[in-house]
Amino acid sequence: MRLLIGILFAFALAAVVGLGLTWLALTDNLAFGGIRVGAWSAWPKNGTPNIDPYARAVVTRTGALPLGSGDGVAFVARTDDTGAALDGRCDIHVDGITPAARFWTLTLYDTEGRLVASTLGRHGFTSQEIVRRGDGTFDIVIGPRARPGNWLPTSGIERYVLVLRLYDTPIGVATRAGRETPMPAVKNRTCP
Amino acid sequence: MIRLLAWIVAGLLLGGIVHLATILILPRTATQDAYARLLPLTEANKMTLLPNPSAESTLMPFMDPAFATAVCRYDLTQGPLKLQAPVSQPYTAVSFYTRRDVAYYAINDRAAGRRTIELDLMTAEQRAQIQDDEEVTAADRLIVTSPTTTGLIMLRAFAPEPGAMSLARGILNTATCTVTPE
Repeated sequence: MRLLIGILFAFALAAVVGLGLTWLALTDNLAFGGIRVGAWSAWPKNGTPNIDPYARAVVTRTGALPLGSGDGVAFVARTDDTGAALDGRCDIHVDGITPAARFWTLTLYDTEGRLVASTLGRHGFTSQEIVRRGDGTFDIVIGPRARPGNWLPTSGIERYVLVLRLYDTPIGVATRAGRETPMPAVKNRTCP
Repeated sequence: MIRLLAWIVAGLLLGGIVHLATILILPRTATQDAYARLLPLTEANKMTLLPNPSAESTLMPFMDPAFATAVCRYDLTQGPLKLQAPVSQPYTAVSFYTRRDVAYYAINDRAAGRRTIELDLMTAEQRAQIQDDEEVTAADRLIVTSPTTTGLIMLRAFAPEPGAMSLARGILNTATCTVTPE
């Protein structure tokens, strides 16, 4: 009898721990390795056959297709440089330069990966569209109210995700964070 | 006390196994992956231009709105596939995904180095056959080997500004993928 209770207990514990860990890994966007620069993270390996099992599980569960490594690399930011979640009611500045690439795009999504409705119909910028300073750096303002220069509307949604995609770039599986990967700063300048 | 501890350790170990097993099995059981989402919209071995993602509807999460996208859902059981895609001025890329959405190959216009991207997609067996009964003279023929018999080819053309989107879509519209029966 004690043996039976023990076995049942162990099985129940295994189910809770096992499924709980799986659930956590998939909802918390747990990912190993990758390149981390400030608020930005990229996983170039996800665009190759060597994608790790956790990333594979996330890819098939969300229905997104990873960017192939011969195509480009996607850097994702869910927070600003201080680690605070990106809030669509604040003005966030993406300021600086990007790593070497033929061109890049910056896109704003909600946390589920959908585009956010805005009156302008603008969901992001491409490197050809933005206004730059004399030294080649740029400043993109992401906020609810119109701003002069490069303004990306948030429509006031509470949480969003920024994805900066570099196309035809030397950044790949072997790249480490450092001089090769100068990512723009993500700063919250004005929040009530 | 010791006995309870032993059961807890056993439960935790078993839990680890359950966790790893579910992570590994999950890709096989997913019903809302990209391949399943594209299944009703596409015909096998035919190039289909996808609608642009918008705030109201997006086929797959995290699609880049600066790109026009066409997809060829392939099935190599009848024979190898021939892909022909004209290259747009700004940027065009072709990415290959297995049935389980693993990106196994991607090439862009500059790497292809031509006005059109032309390549043959086949399984390892079909490739072995070709080398047997053909003199391998076509040195500039780009051959991609698919690890699975079914999968997806994503063709993406860049529109540097919203005004260039119709041009990018027009170029993708002339791309073809056709099965060449053995």
